[in-house]
Amino acid sequence: MLKVLDSAIPIACWSCAVAHNESTLFCPHCSKIQPPPGADYYSVFSLEPRLTLDLGMLEHQFHKLSRKLHPDRFARATSEEKEWSLADTALLNDAYRTLRDPIRRTEYLLKLHGAEIGEEHSGKGRTDPSRVPADLLEEVFDLNMQLEEMRAAKKMGEEDPDLKQSLTAAKKKFDGLLDDVDRDLRAQWTAWDDGDESARSAAQKAMVALLDRRRYLDNLVRDVNETLGAN
Amino acid sequence: MAEGRVVGIDLGTTNSLVAYMQGEAPVVIPGVDGSNLVPSVVALDPIPEGGGRPTVTVGNSARRVLIETPERVIYSVKRLMGRSLDEVRDELKFFPFRLADDVEAGEVPRVQLGELRFTPPEISAYILRQLKRNAERFFGEPVTQAVITVPAYFNDAQRQATKDAGRMAGLEVLRLVNEPTAAALAYGLDRAKEGTIAVYDFGGGTFDISILKLRDGIFEVQSTNGDTHLGGDDIDNLLLAIALDEIHSEHGVDLRTKPGAVQGLRKDAIDAKISLSSESSAKFDIELPNGDRYQREIPREVFEQLIQPVLARTAGPCKQALTDAGITPEQIDEVVLVGGSTRIPAVRRLVDDLFHLSARGKKPHTELNPDEVVALGAAVQADILAGASKTTEEMLLLDVTPLSLGIEALGGVVARIIPRNSTIPASATEHFTTGVDGQTNVAIHVLQGERELAADCRSLARFDLKGIPPMTAGLPRIEVKFLIDADGILHVSAREQRSGKAAEIEVKATYGLTDEQVETMILDSFDHAEEDFAKRLLIEARNEAESILTKVEQARTSPAWGVLRGEEQSAIGAAADRLAAVKAGDDLTAIREATLAVDRATHRLAELMMDAAVTTAIRGKTMTAAGEDLGEEVTAPHPMAPAEFK
Repeated sequence: MLKVLDSAIPIACWSCAVAHNESTLFCPHCSKIQPPPGADYYSVFSLEPRLTLDLGMLEHQFHKLSRKLHPDRFARATSEEKEWSLADTALLNDAYRTLRDPIRRTEYLLKLHGAEIGEEHSGKGRTDPSRVPADLLEEVFDLNMQLEEMRAAKKMGEEDPDLKQSLTAAKKKFDGLLDDVDRDLRAQWTAWDDGDESARSAAQKAMVALLDRRRYLDNLVRDVNETLGAN
Repeated sequence: MAEGRVVGIDLGTTNSLVAYMQGEAPVVIPGVDGSNLVPSVVALDPIPEGGGRPTVTVGNSARRVLIETPERVIYSVKRLMGRSLDEVRDELKFFPFRLADDVEAGEVPRVQLGELRFTPPEISAYILRQLKRNAERFFGEPVTQAVITVPAYFNDAQRQATKDAGRMAGLEVLRLVNEPTAAALAYGLDRAKEGTIAVYDFGGGTFDISILKLRDGIFEVQSTNGDTHLGGDDIDNLLLAIALDEIHSEHGVDLRTKPGAVQGLRKDAIDAKISLSSESSAKFDIELPNGDRYQREIPREVFEQLIQPVLARTAGPCKQALTDAGITPEQIDEVVLVGGSTRIPAVRRLVDDLFHLSARGKKPHTELNPDEVVALGAAVQADILAGASKTTEEMLLLDVTPLSLGIEALGGVVARIIPRNSTIPASATEHFTTGVDGQTNVAIHVLQGERELAADCRSLARFDLKGIPPMTAGLPRIEVKFLIDADGILHVSAREQRSGKAAEIEVKATYGLTDEQVETMILDSFDHAEEDFAKRLLIEARNEAESILTKVEQARTSPAWGVLRGEEQSAIGAAADRLAAVKAGDDLTAIREATLAVDRATHRLAELMMDAAVTTAIRGKTMTAAGEDLGEEVTAPHPMAPAEFK
């Protein structure tokens, strides 16, 4: 669950000994760098946990914090400060990488709220029939046949323009479906950000399903690209 | 800690350079021979009579012996850095190096150089040590900290090998900087520009493309791509192959078996390549061992056709980098050209094409010497790290990792944990458990690369997590943290969370040199350095002795000599005789003391000559002529300060 910022137990700054909130990167009193706080990505940027984000602000904040935290600023500091700068900057970069990307951000925030999101990097089950979204069953079946044919043709060093054309058309279609998913996801953001408890939980459920569908489509498009690409 | 200077080093495939920040601008530090470039060539001198370790020479002098004794010389060692035995074997098809015959799989390969064997980091350490010395000579003080550049597309092992080399050379490597990013820093210094730039870096052995966003002094790399096996060397090899083939088929002479001849031909190929950047044709004209002449005209069109496949291989990475940055060629505001191979007109046309430059009325940036720009950028980064300069205090470089980091999951597939082009430092945390009751070890296979299957990625390391408290299978929860630091080097740490005490798990990497190995190599090269250093001091002391003796001889004919008392004259004579007697010997202290004695004995003489010179000047001689009469160095302060002696 999301860490509530203000309830963290205060700890003393290593340098000036003044107690401060646990999730801070710098001591508010003496400005010295602090060991990595167990903070979530939103509180690294002092942001409210929302799905709708001002990316310009986020970038500005990222640059501002980088200037203060980056290991380049600690090349001649004590070995402890060096280590903290490295860990803090890694946290900052991980947070920025996650939050600036709409899909990663959505997955992250939903996971913080206890949502189970499919193993995105298990690598397996790409063509696992049980995972195929019901409305795509037929098309995916056709597409996989064509992909097999294409790979076989390529192995023989043959070109099949018809096959290529129909694969390109399929790719276009799936690209379009991906765009639809992204649009639907965004529509849910507002419900999640501003809705009441029940609207929020409905949005969460919808987004988990959309993310699953998206992952599946993404893998399909990647397969098609790989098969088409190496021409 | 001593807060000495931090220098910037470009450890190149073909040439290496060292630079520093002189006030507000970076400048390259020349070597003794006055040249900014130190060829990345290392030669092993013949073993001295009576045994002992032979000395190692670096740079131009090493290059000169390449043709006579190729078996004692190594170049382009950068191509071997951080490579496994199999990868090195592939490289050796094109290079006349021999692997040491006792290398075993899994070990860092060693190269046979004359009678001795060296790992690639050791060879690189010799180059670095030469650069370090050049800088020390230039500053007159020790240099112990450096920023070293590496190709952006270098993987973890190649980076680690470079860092090891620095340590062996007695340098604390404060940061490894990617070469294209360094070039961007050098260009970004004098222009408070904002915008998106692409750096196309085509060097001797590697190709890199980086796309950066500049804003308020922050250089944020958006994406990078490249090929660590693509460079001017490949072009040389094409020309070389043609010449070798034709010589064989037309003249019946097979030069392939003669490494010295191949090296000679290789040099001709490089000369031809270079002249084809400005001329419309080049010529091979070579006398063969059988007396025949091999003459061959290479028109530029033929050359361009020949190298087209090599150049074309740079296009794919450029397109991928644009895609990864999420931009089109039109969104690139500036293109910077780096590396000697970008002098080739066909390369410039390709770049123009890739980024739609002339169509938009733009030209690539070539204002800074493409051979030097990386070293200059390294000096800028060194200045940033030193942290005491107004010029660079607003600058910050945010670089990325070039390759995705993954771990091998069930079924040999790769689970990606840090995607490529993530800003570094970057981290990821994964959880592992055991499969058998009481299991105390878990192996993790870490890979770098973009492919789905572990077998298609580069195996980076196998880490063994040891010391897991014995528990029922599946119960331990081992948290493994992967951290890529600002040098692009991976660190792995692990903790078992369920055993209550969160025991630290030992993480043991199984690749590259161990710390202990690096340590012994440092000592080896230090022993060696001592020896070399002593030799250098001896030569310098002899030169000083020689010069002071010459001056004493000249002074005997000056009017001031006659002013000296008899005992003063004989004291000088005695001191000079003693110096003359010891100067040919090997006793450094004796030479220095005798030199110092002559110096002391001639103090009054020097003063008298000084007075005489002044008097002469007053009598109407020009000061310059008086100075010439005087000899430059007999005046106080004497050129040898005793403080320099041990």
